[in-house]
Amino acid sequence: MRKVNLVVVGAGPAGLSASIEAAKHGVKALVLDENHKPGGQLFKQIHKFFGSEQQMAGTRGYEIGTKLLNLAKEYGVEIKLNNRVIGIDDHNTLAIIDNHKYSEIRAKKIILCCGATEKPLAFPGWTLPGVMGAGAAQTLVNIHRVVPGEKIIMVGSGNVGLIVTYHLLQAGVKVKAIIDASHKITGYGVHAAKIKRAGIPIILRYTVNRAMGTNQVEKVELIQVDKSFNKIPCTQISFDVDTICLAVGLSPSTELARMIGCKLYYHPKLGGYIPMVNQYMQTTIEDIYAAGDMTGIEEASIAMEEGRLAGLACAISLGYISDNAQSQKALENIRSNLSQLRMGNGKGGIING
Amino acid sequence: MRVIHHPILNENRQNKKITFYLDGEAIEAMEGDTIASALLANGRKVCRYTRKNNEPRGIFCSIGRCNDCLVTVNGIPNVCSCVTPVKDGMNIKIQKGNGEWEALT
Ligand SMILES: Cc1cc2nc3c(=O)[nH]c(=O)nc-3n(C[C@H](O)[C@H](O)[C@H](O)COP(=O)(O)OP(=O)(O)OC[C@H]3O[C@@H](n4cnc5c(N)ncnc54)[C@H](O)[C@@H]3O)c2cc1C
Ligand code: FES
Repeated sequence: MRKVNLVVVGAGPAGLSASIEAAKHGVKALVLDENHKPGGQLFKQIHKFFGSEQQMAGTRGYEIGTKLLNLAKEYGVEIKLNNRVIGIDDHNTLAIIDNHKYSEIRAKKIILCCGATEKPLAFPGWTLPGVMGAGAAQTLVNIHRVVPGEKIIMVGSGNVGLIVTYHLLQAGVKVKAIIDASHKITGYGVHAAKIKRAGIPIILRYTVNRAMGTNQVEKVELIQVDKSFNKIPCTQISFDVDTICLAVGLSPSTELARMIGCKLYYHPKLGGYIPMVNQYMQTTIEDIYAAGDMTGIEEASIAMEEGRLAGLACAISLGYISDNAQSQKALENIRSNLSQLRMGNGKGGIING
Repeated sequence: MRVIHHPILNENRQNKKITFYLDGEAIEAMEGDTIASALLANGRKVCRYTRKNNEPRGIFCSIGRCNDCLVTVNGIPNVCSCVTPVKDGMNIKIQKGNGEWEALT
């Protein structure tokens, strides 16, 4: 069985940053990702990031992705694609489906950076083809370069809803409207302003009553809600649409952490159940660390800093750097970047979509 | 509909054309497409029908997480079409229920 010092699960912004940080200090890091391309959700993010310059603000997500991949190469990080981790035994042995074949790898330290999944919203007709996550629509237009439909309605006025609506516009499809059950737009003003300038109505206090269609979505019926989100009878309006995009939040992908017995706790603002981590991003199992969306839904820039923190902490605990005032200061610097980002953006900025 | 021109991303220069078969019907795709994106580019939104109620399902997450987009590929059922690249000559079946394994040659 292959033995390594550090395995990082997930080649998204968190996993890449973790492996680069560890490799900078001499740890030979192995990154496993189930996809056939690295980068996680980064390459579909074609907007400019917020934050400070050091945190690559003003740079578009896919450019950051390219930078991270170049750095990983420079520092000799090994990335294995089409490798899905399906379990972890005795806290150190990873069970992997490597290109359709089973294999095992033993690691001294493991950093889980599994990302998140989009939340669904249940209403009659929600399983019809044409109802999809907003992130799915974003993936389709920006990665696969195919539009999800021609007549789209976006559910959720949080940052994901606003950003993806704009991405759809850039891809040449006009979103008919953005709706939200809330009484105010939940995303940032800058994103909402762009949408309003493009002439797309944002309809508040409405939710989806049902989706209609035989083999796919043909129509959506909306209904008004009161302050406690109860439906108000006889307020239905309908739109002819072929796609309903749901931007109603993400939930952390905690399956692996849960399976190995990391302690989880419930944090509604961060997306639900998340693994408990300490100031080193270490879970309740000594050799297992976690970072990025799976420890709470925030943003890619935060995922990267969390990844760096976990990578550096592993380099220290593996003995590649001594645990002294200097290395503690380096950890502290990353933590202060994190709190700056969180202050600037409002923690959990994209949590509600 | 494909996204060709884009204000930020590169022009989507037409990649090499390939042909795959959907329930026997020849369909054109571009190299680099996933099975699901190739189906969508051809206006096909249904990937499978459910086992109990025979209801249609299509792309939901597009990142290989939700299993709504399962199809049968070259006789192997339950392949996630949204993360599997389409290949020239591939035989794809819109999956009914759990699908069926076919003798592999
Ligand atoms: C579809 C989608 C669109 C998004 N769009 C935006 C956006 O526009 N702006 C924004 O700020 N945020 C967006 N987000 C939030 C986004 O998740 C974060 O910005 C950031 O990408 C989180 O980084 P991460 O490294 O934690 O996770 P990810 O980028 O999701 O990376 C996780 C990686 O782990 C891999 N993986 C997971 N489990 C396993 C396993 N068991 N074995 C092997 N590999 C595994 C996955 O394939 C993936 O590549 C989006 C999220 C999603 C799901
Ligand atoms: S659409 Fe979710 S797995 Fe393919």
